[in-house]
Amino acid sequence: MKIQNQTQTGATPRKKSLAHEIKECWELYVLLIIPVALVVIFKFLPMLGLSIAFMDYKPFLGFSGSTFTGFDTFKQVFSSMQFWQALKNTMLLNILDLLFGFPAPVILAIFINEIECKWYKKVTQTVLYLPHFLSWVIIGGIAAQILGTNPGYINVIIKALGGKEIPFLTDPTHWIFSYVFIGVWQSMGWGTIIYLAAITGIDAELYEAATVDGAGRWRKIWSITLPSLKSTIIVMLIMALGRIMGSSFDRPYTLDNTMVHDDVANVISMYVYNQGLTNFHFNLATAVGLFQSVVGVILVLLADKIAKLMGESGIV
Amino acid sequence: MDAVKIKKSTGDKIADVLIYIFIGLLSLICILPFIQTAAVSVSSGQYVNAQQILLVPKGLNVSAYRSILSDAKMVHSLFFTVFLTITFTIAGMIVTIFSAYALSRPKLKGRYFFATLFLITMYFSAGIIPDYLLMDNLNILDSFWCLFLPGLFSAYNMIILRTFIQNSIPESLIEAAELDGCDDFRILFQVVLPLSKSVLATLMLFYAVGRWNSFSDALYYIQSEKYKPLQLKLQMMIQSATTSESEADASTSPNPEMLKSASIMFATIPIIIVYPFVQKYFVSGVMIGAVKG
Repeated sequence: MKIQNQTQTGATPRKKSLAHEIKECWELYVLLIIPVALVVIFKFLPMLGLSIAFMDYKPFLGFSGSTFTGFDTFKQVFSSMQFWQALKNTMLLNILDLLFGFPAPVILAIFINEIECKWYKKVTQTVLYLPHFLSWVIIGGIAAQILGTNPGYINVIIKALGGKEIPFLTDPTHWIFSYVFIGVWQSMGWGTIIYLAAITGIDAELYEAATVDGAGRWRKIWSITLPSLKSTIIVMLIMALGRIMGSSFDRPYTLDNTMVHDDVANVISMYVYNQGLTNFHFNLATAVGLFQSVVGVILVLLADKIAKLMGESGIV
Repeated sequence: MDAVKIKKSTGDKIADVLIYIFIGLLSLICILPFIQTAAVSVSSGQYVNAQQILLVPKGLNVSAYRSILSDAKMVHSLFFTVFLTITFTIAGMIVTIFSAYALSRPKLKGRYFFATLFLITMYFSAGIIPDYLLMDNLNILDSFWCLFLPGLFSAYNMIILRTFIQNSIPESLIEAAELDGCDDFRILFQVVLPLSKSVLATLMLFYAVGRWNSFSDALYYIQSEKYKPLQLKLQMMIQSATTSESEADASTSPNPEMLKSASIMFATIPIIIVYPFVQKYFVSGVMIGAVKG
């Protein structure tokens, strides 16, 4: 029965009309209706709203009450000290994140892979992944309790040992390190997943052969594990470089406080939020957001080009 | 071939111990802050004010939890967030399954076009003000819908599922079903989905955790108390507690520090309960998507 069917399909002429081809997968188009509608409405329609970056837009007058002003808003943005400060803050925090946050999961994955005791591996992995699943509100709240100054349990311990209170969250320089540390703490464990997956793919015979040849642990890590991770590391690094201008909102917002806001914590996403939804400078906020998105896309495309030049599969 | 078991050198044994200790310490750094917060949340006020709580609760008392649970607004917010999370997860899974399956089929005419349409959303977004204006124009600002609809489609989740279907479900199986006269709906529900349980569990966790944890969309769009999710309530509570550092009396009534801790635990516990059950799925599920994607 099945064989008969197969020969019949094989016998139909290769060339089909477009109408026929579409008819053949109409069910798939039905499945796509809701996803496409959602994407068009909620991801593409807002792009029309970008036009207000080129307008003298007043929230309570709407589009009809606004006039076209060309690049005036952008001139205003680029001459604003606050914008440059926000850009500087964004870059500083992102570069530090890359410097410390990028190698951490690679190193951690290699160490986790060296653990032979099954239950220990499982328990520590479960615990190390956990921070990734908690909201920044929770992390910010706990950070204030642990690293703050009132009471700040780390400081309670420091003072009990006779030391001086350290303003982890209230002094700009200390805040930068706390911000980066908390970021590494939150994402390090989860970040290992992709490297551990790549390590699983390494041929076990390589390690056996190396062991027979008398290679020690460090030699095996250096000569087998790391080279096998190279392409994953390069792709991840390039993706991270593409995000260097981006800024999340939740993390700086929940770790922010008035003592550090202007100097270090006011990154672009926060600046956009404050200008737009607190001060209602809609066109200014949109222009800054657009600037960030465009630069972000250029960086991602550039990163992808570099990846392909280096013989990697690329990401876009 | 016999497995050659070579004895470890002393150096390797020392390295072993150091690695175990290092990983153990990192795990402690990940878990201790929660234990501390949990300890504060169930201790009695006098010890908390005297800053005597260190990882172990003193003078056990649950008044902070009682006072949260007797706050009608907080309880409402809890139910609202649970309702939002469950409906969002179900709808998000439907959207992801539909789009991922359609894009996984080679016969789909215009596959490249649809894939590009979806992928663009990963790299370019209009930003919060255009989004805000859209919600305003659609008249869904300050409603359930502005928290529900915009996040339903996730290109990231779609790619994970599509990659899984393409790599783990043999094309021959789908073709055989097709030859037996199954339409795509039946193939999807009777062939593909039953074979994708682990990755579906993973994506459900991603949707649920993502919705449970986010507060910024509510911060942008929501004014009414009744639509504020738990995380936003918590954030507002933490902020007001840090700005007005009032000295509460040292009686058994919960002080702000304990209330904060209890609220944090309140928002954390659901995740800690669900997470270990799904973990065994997501490690395998995510890995497949991550390696190929």
